[in-house]
Amino acid sequence: MAAVRRGVQGTRRLKLQVFRIIVFVAAGLFFLVPIGAMVEFSTRGVGDQPRTLAAWQSIGTYPDLVAAITASLELAAITTIAMLVLLVPTMVWVRLKLPRLNPIIEFICLLPLTIPAIVLVVGLFPIYNWMGTNFSDSILTLSIAYVVLVLPYAYRSLEAGLASIDVKTLTEAARSLGAGWFTVMWRIIVPNISSAILNSAFLSVALVLGEYTIANNLLYNNLQVEIAMLGRANAGVSIAVAVASLLFAFVVLVLLSFFNRGRGRLQLVELQQVMRTERG
Amino acid sequence: MPERSGVEVRLENLQRRYGAVVALDDLSLTIAPGELVALLGPSGCGKTTALRLLAGLEDADGGRVVIGGEDVTGLPANRRNIGMVFQAYSLFPHMVAWENVAFGLQMRGVGLAERKKRAIDVLELVGLSRFANRYASQMSGGQQQRVALARALAISPQVLLLDEPLSALDAKVRARLRDEIRRVQLDIGITTLFVTHDQEEALAIADRVGVMQSGKIEQLGPPTEIYSRPASPFVAEFVGLTNRIPGEVKFGAVEVRGTQLPMVQKDVPSGPAVALVRPEAITITSNGDMSSGPLVGTVIAVAFLGATSRVTVDLGDITVLAQLATSAATDHPAGSKVKLALRPDPVLVDSHN
Repeated sequence: MAAVRRGVQGTRRLKLQVFRIIVFVAAGLFFLVPIGAMVEFSTRGVGDQPRTLAAWQSIGTYPDLVAAITASLELAAITTIAMLVLLVPTMVWVRLKLPRLNPIIEFICLLPLTIPAIVLVVGLFPIYNWMGTNFSDSILTLSIAYVVLVLPYAYRSLEAGLASIDVKTLTEAARSLGAGWFTVMWRIIVPNISSAILNSAFLSVALVLGEYTIANNLLYNNLQVEIAMLGRANAGVSIAVAVASLLFAFVVLVLLSFFNRGRGRLQLVELQQVMRTERG
Repeated sequence: MPERSGVEVRLENLQRRYGAVVALDDLSLTIAPGELVALLGPSGCGKTTALRLLAGLEDADGGRVVIGGEDVTGLPANRRNIGMVFQAYSLFPHMVAWENVAFGLQMRGVGLAERKKRAIDVLELVGLSRFANRYASQMSGGQQQRVALARALAISPQVLLLDEPLSALDAKVRARLRDEIRRVQLDIGITTLFVTHDQEEALAIADRVGVMQSGKIEQLGPPTEIYSRPASPFVAEFVGLTNRIPGEVKFGAVEVRGTQLPMVQKDVPSGPAVALVRPEAITITSNGDMSSGPLVGTVIAVAFLGATSRVTVDLGDITVLAQLATSAATDHPAGSKVKLALRPDPVLVDSHN
């Protein structure tokens, strides 16, 4: 009887394993085939000539493209930092002192999600027009619009992080031990929501690097706008840059998943230790 | 080791409102140096608010907080030199036990080597030095609260505040940690305010107990006095079990089912009233007529509590509880007819029922 049960369980496990492999291969193909096709296209030689990395090598020879890449990376950094500086203390403060405002903050933060980017541009255009005349017409001013754009994603991620800890008790414990508000934020809250901060930072970076509509309509040349323009002049370089930016986002995602996996393992070890302690 | 640091703490006419709700209504309390006072009361009575105002975690609408002769009413929490243990587990999850304990010392500018040494010393005081390198998630609830106690004591605070620190623990751990808190408090001689809704905890640990209701202290006194001479029907009913037995006040005493009992209160007007009688003031007697009488009834349940048992007796119109030695209670199983006797202890009378 036991042998039959073991046999049934073994078959079930094997079926599950096969199913997992099929799903993994299908998902891999879904993502990798388009990227592979892009790589294939970007390394195609002219006419009958063999494959070449000329398109990839020439990325650096387009000054506008290099400037756009630099600007997009700067925008990603400024947007991410501004978003974190704005959102983390606000969310913590609202949780501690004004919990009744939480639904309002949530509504405001999620609002950009419901407004199409093109509609946002209509509202932003006169502001940027005024800023260009009176303040600065630098592409980096786009970060103001991008902070608004990334709010919904960053808010959700940070909210999940803050919900996983007892912000009020930890803050009060730190305060009673002599910590000022800055120390509470920097030494107590931030280390305990580091995963959420990383997640929201990654989402912001990915969103800014992939943003086209606002930049194009406000007449700024960021990475995506430049890729689109380059696509008309040199499709091979345009596709090479698109693949490179995809790979960059992919590397960031992999790094993040490794970081989270490390934390997961640590939590498992902690759980095992507690169980051993309680048995002892 | 933390230094002996008992100071006097005075809460003077503290007031706190949350909208229309009065959380503290002119509350005054003086805690002597090295004394442990427990504030006891039901949820919403204002006991935690009083503690939070003392800690500086909330601002008072009126009144003063004086610690060691210094008015600290306007000082923020991080400048009050108060150690606090919270109801919820409050260890910093990203720090190991010794780092948690050393955090307050770091805030006071103590160097790394010195604060690590002092943290281990204080962990030794609560018997947890071997857990110094464990994270909160690697410790049980009881261990976490002991580390939290060590963390609160490590900064050598002037006052120790305990906000229901045992309520999340199971009964056995709770009793052990309760005794440990008392031992450490006596060792250090630190002035302590302990807030709880658990009467057993308050009576067991405190030098004095303050029973609170509606933002006020109804009665403040040693545990024995609170239990045996409650100042009001609320205190009598909140602390321990009480039988409410109808009777009549006449000639300065209350007559309850044919028995004259002295009264705690003076100046109770003659007339119908309810006497509040403790279960241990009721005994079962074998004398006299067992067939009828105001105190003859039928046992309907016997609850075994260890050395004592609680016997529920149906007297026809009311049901009363009697607490007897278990050896005596076993003679009266459920269904048996018994006659009760009331010990002539002074009883509290509720004439407003």
